[in-house]
Amino acid sequence: MKVVVCIKQVPDTKGGVKFNPDGTLDRAAMMTIMNPDDKAGLEAALRLKDQYGAEVTVLTMGLPKAEDVLREAMAMGADKGVLVTDRVLGGADTWATSQTLAGALRNMDYDLIITGRQAIDGDTAQVGPQISEHLNIPVISYAQSLKIDGDSVIVERQYDDRYHVLKAKMPCLITALAELNEPRYMTPGGIFDACKAEITVWGRADLKDVEDSNLGLKGSPTQIAKASDKVRKGAGEKVNLDPAESVDYIVGKLKEKHVI
Amino acid sequence: MDFTLRKEHEMARALFKEFAEKEVKPLAQEVDETEVFPRGTVDKMAKNGFLGIPVPKEYGGQGCDPLTYVMCVEELSKVCGTTGVIVSAHTSLCCDPIMTFGTEEQKQKYLVPLAKGEKLGAFGLTEPGAGTDAQGQQTKAVLDGNEYVLNGSKIFITNGKEADVYVIFAVTGMIEKRGKMIKEISAFIVEKGMPGFTFGTKEKKMGIRGSSTYELIFTDCRVPQENLLGKVGQGFKIAMHTLDGGRIGIAAQALGIAEGALERTIAYTKERKQFGRSIASQQNTQFQLADMATKVQAAQLLVYKAAMAKATQKEYGFEAAQAKLYAAEVAMEVTTKAVQLHGGYGYTREYDVERMMRDAKITEIYEGTSEVQRMVISAALLK
Amino acid sequence: MNLEEYKGVYVFAQQVDNVINNIAFELVGKGKDLAEALGTEVTAVLVGSGVKDLADQLAEYGADKVIVVDDPELKEYRTEPYAHALASVINKYKPEIFLVGATAIGRDLGPRVSARIHTGLTADCTQLDIGDFPLAPVPGKEQKHNQLLMTRPAFGGNTIATIACPDFRPQMATVRPGVMQKRARQAGVKANVEEFNPGFTPDHKYVEILEVVKAVANTVDIMDAKILVSGGRGMGSPENFKMLEDLAEVLGGQVSCSRAVVDAGWKPKDLQVGQTGKTVRPNVYFAIGISGAIQHLAGMEESDIIIAINKDESAPIFDVADYGVVGDLNKIVPALTEKLRAEIAKNN
Repeated sequence: MKVVVCIKQVPDTKGGVKFNPDGTLDRAAMMTIMNPDDKAGLEAALRLKDQYGAEVTVLTMGLPKAEDVLREAMAMGADKGVLVTDRVLGGADTWATSQTLAGALRNMDYDLIITGRQAIDGDTAQVGPQISEHLNIPVISYAQSLKIDGDSVIVERQYDDRYHVLKAKMPCLITALAELNEPRYMTPGGIFDACKAEITVWGRADLKDVEDSNLGLKGSPTQIAKASDKVRKGAGEKVNLDPAESVDYIVGKLKEKHVI
Repeated sequence: MDFTLRKEHEMARALFKEFAEKEVKPLAQEVDETEVFPRGTVDKMAKNGFLGIPVPKEYGGQGCDPLTYVMCVEELSKVCGTTGVIVSAHTSLCCDPIMTFGTEEQKQKYLVPLAKGEKLGAFGLTEPGAGTDAQGQQTKAVLDGNEYVLNGSKIFITNGKEADVYVIFAVTGMIEKRGKMIKEISAFIVEKGMPGFTFGTKEKKMGIRGSSTYELIFTDCRVPQENLLGKVGQGFKIAMHTLDGGRIGIAAQALGIAEGALERTIAYTKERKQFGRSIASQQNTQFQLADMATKVQAAQLLVYKAAMAKATQKEYGFEAAQAKLYAAEVAMEVTTKAVQLHGGYGYTREYDVERMMRDAKITEIYEGTSEVQRMVISAALLK
Repeated sequence: MNLEEYKGVYVFAQQVDNVINNIAFELVGKGKDLAEALGTEVTAVLVGSGVKDLADQLAEYGADKVIVVDDPELKEYRTEPYAHALASVINKYKPEIFLVGATAIGRDLGPRVSARIHTGLTADCTQLDIGDFPLAPVPGKEQKHNQLLMTRPAFGGNTIATIACPDFRPQMATVRPGVMQKRARQAGVKANVEEFNPGFTPDHKYVEILEVVKAVANTVDIMDAKILVSGGRGMGSPENFKMLEDLAEVLGGQVSCSRAVVDAGWKPKDLQVGQTGKTVRPNVYFAIGISGAIQHLAGMEESDIIIAINKDESAPIFDVADYGVVGDLNKIVPALTEKLRAEIAKNN
């Protein structure tokens, strides 16, 4: 059984958000991490390796330094790493990203593709389902459990008020929720091996059955009109009174606004 | 000369840091308060390969170098001195002598499960009348058929009651050396549960209170002859060699404690306001922090240099002694200053620096006091 | 692609168990605004099995037309037949805008549909406008008018981006529930229904549903509350939430909470407000013992009135609060409840 896990290196937005003096986001100063949903997807794949001896390959698209996230995955136990990097692939939206990854996946053997539900930088949750469409295979997104049943996968798929137990024939694509599992740590020996391991690096020429018009910034149907740091509503009044006065203050405001 | 870390060391440090923050730090205060050995943490470390870092893969280890191991003890000790010394005693004092002096059979039988973390290791040299002075040993081992019979006791044994495998030293006879009769000391691998091996009292300690420090008692304890580690009479050499490595582990523990105290003090002084401004804005604080940070950095360089020496040199006792001496004294100084800069709060158990100051003290004492380290260093200078 | 062929604003009217989700009415409401700006109409696309009777509800909230795709294969939500249904509607009717709710269903369906028909999709939008792209004229680049400008937060709520899809149609967006306003219901309005069935032939992409497990129904949905009394880690203990329940009861509101409270196991996740919880915009939002992490602010800062009570005067919650009170919640909240109880009794 062969499993490919798509992972992404993302800035750590939790707690570690840093701003420049002018108030813009200081991306260079932010730590990068493996996207949490992707890490859960990797853990799910590694459990299939533990249980069924699956071969696990991690695939990422990004700048050359995204190699680091592949090595981290390999230090956790992934067998191989493939980095897709090329200038012409830059500036891609989810359409062009999914086209790129699908182009790489057409050159790989897989029974199961796992992606994270969404990345914490873009929060779109689109790339996984879009890859499955390009590859013409079934998708089950929002997996909260995963098991293998012969040539099929059985997945609990989360919705707002319910979950479905779904069965899909492989090859198929699953998108994983961070809640799927508790990812393992790297091991020290795994780190040493991963740093020595060969990473496969692919460029545009290695993508199969993808037209240039579907790649990179030029192949992206969506375009950014404006991007800015979120402008917050300004602070209102702030008072520091004794408790009884505080109560009178709040009640006064609620009356003023006709809430009571 | 290049002071930048290799990629694998950077990744390993990130791993140890994440593990320490998530798994160890939340328990540190409770472990200290309750004096309960953190078995759950040890199991997690075993699962993640932290108990066999410098052991080759063919013996169940991770196949990493001493520097990686040192970073592990350092990062663990930043948040919990108890957890740091558990790994140090297991790795430096039990895995290392078996790896260095053990037979292939002994390595398969003992080193493999130790390195995998299925078993925990300890080391028994110290006795009531014999600390660094190994000639004061009273524990005896007498060959009876194909078994050695051990009698005596060992004290202050780290991982004492929690370990499964012990490297124990005992007197096997008298030999003549330079015209004087001296004790012949040999080393043995003893398993928990061997007949005649029991535990005495648990020590109540100032610091590292979660580590299981016990007296080991041997009463006609029968140990198979094949558990003799190294050759008869090689015990003193094994002990000294092992302690050279152990001192690097303790130096890493001391370094970690100092770094942890410094980190917390920097955060606290930025937060805490007195007379309308943060303590950090006062020059006394700034100068104190500058001195603390500089000494911590110097300690780190000595500790890492000793770890590199262990990887590349046959003898590294001198480097180990310097690293341990300096790191331990820095740990004590930095934690004391950290408590001072925390003021009254620093003296309470609400703040970690109180525990760190108590934990730091032992690093100046065990595996050779600072005075012993000075003897080792000066002896090398004057020989 | 001839962009001129594409006309009208379409919205996916999500239903589960033949109950139309609130997001559908919100999308009809927003779709109506957009349609008016473009001089066109809003069409709801209702997909399911035996759902035709629901169409009038969509008309009551403003849908000019309802396309019903009704087939037994569509009884429970599955990605493939639903994607086929929407892609077929789009190919046949050629809308210029197609909106889908950013629900668990919509965020699965939207990407699959957009990939099938080759257009752009902007996820989890919080604002939609009609305008020019580029926003200001750029030399050497054609400025297109009447474009859908889709605004969404990214980087965990730290940045905000406005996105257009100038060269492909329809312009697709998933829209965050609870953000758009539905229109006032016009009871008795009948829908202009058009039925359409593109045919459903199960293939390898149809997954098999082995079981449907429903979670315990929520008694209250904090997204519907007019007044929310929200507690954070500063409450100190789950028992202290009693104070908040009392305050909420007096005001006829609901209790909600921050992520820290859910992580601590004090309250269930369906009461969580924020980036990973729910987006709320009540008339009054009390933030009590909530420091105001950016992820929390992302879920509540659109509230009409925000009242914060916190002992830490530097807490970021005060940066968005209309009325900030620095003080001990344990003293203020019970006294506030009593005072309000007296005031309200006096008014009645």
